[in-house]
Amino acid sequence: MAKKRSSTRRQRGLFDGLGAPEAEEAEPAPTPEPGEKKGKEAKAGGRRKAPARTGRKVSVPGGNRANAEDLAKRQREISVSEFFTKNRHLLGFDNPRKALLTAVKEGVDNALDACEEAGILPEIFIQIRPVPGRDDRFVVVVEDNGPGIVKSQVPSIFAKLLYGSKFHSLRQTRGQQGIGISAAGMYGQLTTGHPTKILTRTSPKAQAWYFELRVDTVRNRPEKLVEEPREWDKPHGTRVEIEMEARFQRGQRSVDDYLRQTAIANPHATFVYEAPDGVTVRFHRATEELPPLPQEIKPHPYGVELGLLIRLLKATSARWMTGFLQSDFCRVGPKVAEEILAKAKISPRANPRRMGRAEADRLYRAINSTKITSPPTSCIVPIGEELILEGLKKEVEADFYAAATRPPSVYRGNPFQVEVGLAFGKPGATMEVDEKGRIIPVGNGKRSRKAAGADAELLGAADEPIKLLRFANRVPLLYQQSACAVTKTVIQLAWKNYGLQHPRGALPLGPMVLLVHLASVWVPFTSESKEAIASYPEILKEIKLALQEVGRKLGAHIRKGRRIAEEYKKRTFIEKYIPHIGIALQEILALPDKKRDRIVEDLRGILERSRKL
Amino acid sequence: MSPAKKARKGVKRLDKVTLACIDRTAKGVLQIIEKGEKPSLRFPLRSLSNVRYDPSKGFFQLGRGRKLRTLTVNTVKLFAQSLRMMALSKELIETEDFATKRDAYYQSKNWGEARFSAQEESDAVMDDIEALFSLDGVSREQLRFYPEEHGGSVAGELQVIDIDPETGKKIVIDCTGFGSGSYSIPHSVEHLEFKTKAKFLLAIETGGMFQRLNYHKFWRKANCILVELGGVPTRATRRFIRKLADDAKIPVYAFVDCDPYGISNIYRTLKVGSGNAAHLSQFFCVPQARFLGVTPQDIIDFKLEEATHPLQEIDIKRAKDALKNDPFFRSHKKWQKAINQLLKMKVRAEQQALAKWGLNYVIDEYLPRKLKDPSKFLP
Repeated sequence: MAKKRSSTRRQRGLFDGLGAPEAEEAEPAPTPEPGEKKGKEAKAGGRRKAPARTGRKVSVPGGNRANAEDLAKRQREISVSEFFTKNRHLLGFDNPRKALLTAVKEGVDNALDACEEAGILPEIFIQIRPVPGRDDRFVVVVEDNGPGIVKSQVPSIFAKLLYGSKFHSLRQTRGQQGIGISAAGMYGQLTTGHPTKILTRTSPKAQAWYFELRVDTVRNRPEKLVEEPREWDKPHGTRVEIEMEARFQRGQRSVDDYLRQTAIANPHATFVYEAPDGVTVRFHRATEELPPLPQEIKPHPYGVELGLLIRLLKATSARWMTGFLQSDFCRVGPKVAEEILAKAKISPRANPRRMGRAEADRLYRAINSTKITSPPTSCIVPIGEELILEGLKKEVEADFYAAATRPPSVYRGNPFQVEVGLAFGKPGATMEVDEKGRIIPVGNGKRSRKAAGADAELLGAADEPIKLLRFANRVPLLYQQSACAVTKTVIQLAWKNYGLQHPRGALPLGPMVLLVHLASVWVPFTSESKEAIASYPEILKEIKLALQEVGRKLGAHIRKGRRIAEEYKKRTFIEKYIPHIGIALQEILALPDKKRDRIVEDLRGILERSRKL
Repeated sequence: MSPAKKARKGVKRLDKVTLACIDRTAKGVLQIIEKGEKPSLRFPLRSLSNVRYDPSKGFFQLGRGRKLRTLTVNTVKLFAQSLRMMALSKELIETEDFATKRDAYYQSKNWGEARFSAQEESDAVMDDIEALFSLDGVSREQLRFYPEEHGGSVAGELQVIDIDPETGKKIVIDCTGFGSGSYSIPHSVEHLEFKTKAKFLLAIETGGMFQRLNYHKFWRKANCILVELGGVPTRATRRFIRKLADDAKIPVYAFVDCDPYGISNIYRTLKVGSGNAAHLSQFFCVPQARFLGVTPQDIIDFKLEEATHPLQEIDIKRAKDALKNDPFFRSHKKWQKAINQLLKMKVRAEQQALAKWGLNYVIDEYLPRKLKDPSKFLP
């Protein structure tokens, strides 16, 4: 019991008295002042970490020194859920505003993954509902038309951390660790006390089931509050509802922003989003074709570190080294296996389980000095240049679009692929030349159905930094922009060469949306909240090459635009004086007005015909 | 027919030529436009590089260099302005009026976008039109564009017959009757007629020297006409001298400072015209002019060494430039010799340097001695 109490106390410290119902039986509620939060956390942490200090014999003022036995009584396992309640910022629940976004994001990620895996065109409904009387609380609803979840799995998926199908496979998916949606549910539970509500149905023939779940944060186990059949008009799909402490705000890094970006990177999905003010925005799909399902792959030799290699050697079912290399890795055939083993001075017939540390080390070095084909790229599903363009065109109104998809590459044996897309220039800001040689402004009059004002945030002014959209496995990354490999590469590129202004050490300036997508079986994030991509040299290089590719297209466009603008300026200049030629000729030759106007018209025609671009 | 009417008729006839020129140019432009092509105007290039000197004719002539003003960004404004300027000229002729350069500049302010933003621009356009029509023998005055500056002063044995602009009546002006003052050359001299028995015309650089010679009535003593140039002579002065010398068939002697400016700028311009207005030379040059002095040799002959000043750097540059680039000096060995002599002496002498020997030394000694043998004058 004492154990339990101490844990609840800590929760309350964290969440300022908005803890789970059982907290009410504990000591008087602490005052919910943010300033106090830190002190409490430190205190709680100090108590827990005390054993670690004993080695240094630090004396605690006012207390007796503990002996090993005393300490042993206090040493215990920390549950994963408990750990995350203390470190919620790692999961993206740092503040109420971000928490709202993270919850939507986790729900949408899961929905998209599920739909794609089942071969269903995703149709996702997102709702953020205000809670009457509580302006600091919202209900987040994410509903998909996916395959649904088998009844017995529902509790574990939604109320147990680190439970999922994706962690153990080397395959490109949005989610990876199985933390997301349960963490969102847990956050809701801890801030409002309300359970996560799930409604799911696997087929038109099956019954829909309704659950209310809670995470037992100490044991990391689901707690079922309600489990009952329900009527649901949806033939299949899942609906998650979480009430949480949150703050709703539009603008940068908002739910609106996230959904628009998601719609760009997932042009096969339709999103319907209902904001707390009741305004509904639809993001229509631009293609009816699902992206191909990513394949699962074996690890590539280049991606295996020495420790992992030793573990694989011990665990293999192959009897010979040559067989081990060929069966446990991808892209290793008899020839390559032979070459590696020859370099490592290991017999092809040697028993993998008997390899010592020295042999493993030689093997590791031999692998890295042997040329091995890149891993198969079937496991990587890029959006594709065409669909990037479609996605951008449907969500960003611009003058010029370009996209580039790099061939797949490998970092540490993990296949990855970089794609870049860009939308440049506000419509009507540039001009084009028609077949008659006349210069006309383009891009006006095709204002689309989008919610007014929403896209204004994407394309900035000419003297503002470009808007950089980062995606990892089609998921927009909204936070920690400056820590991300993508941002670093964008900043380092010489955008001046492509006609943009570029302050040193900052993003280039211009009315531009730049999309960078990294697809990989394992995206190297800098933290568990999946907000920034780590800077592997291979990844940086590929991003750079992709940026250069679209950069060249952009440069050509900008130069052409400048040429036309310059020509337009010149023609305007010339046309300014054409009437005077008419007047002068009229005065000298005593011509009628009609004739004068003819002359002016003729001159304009001559001008347009004779001036080529 | 009275001389005035006759003169008027002559002017009218010239006006017809001018109008025809303007008309023809405009029609040419119109025809190209109607053909669907970019119209253009070809103006003679106005620069020393496009100047030929024909010693037999005795003045600068425009070369074959032309600049094309067509419908491009760089020239469209000037193209339109040139045409409007021609239209203005036509209007002036038809209303029997005139415009000075500055007048024309302000007239353009009514042209909207095509107006000039500085007088230099309108002057340049005017000079271009003038150069263009000079090929047909039409001068700027005939285009009714008059220079701003008036001519120099005249004194001596001359009667000028002018026409009263109001009454059209003939007026006889006696240039001996101005006392200590003098007759001032009008802006336009085309209509003037002359009556004179003078033996020569003395063109004097400085006002000071002109006053001295006029004050002591040197013109009576030498039976000549004195004209004050006042530095580089204005168009009206040059035209006046030319017309007078032509009509009266008298020689013109130049009396200027002995320095590169007096020689290559004042005298050369008077005699053959200037580089950037070579199109004017046929009207404005005075081929019959000869260089009386002060010559470099005079500095020695009249012992003026003590009254000299050292040549400035700009003088040396100007002298060398004349020897190297000026077609006039290049075709006269005597001049090359004289300029080289000056460069060697490294000094310059002003007209007033003669005062070293007494204020009226110039009247009593210098000029009589020089005038004894005009054949020795430099060409």
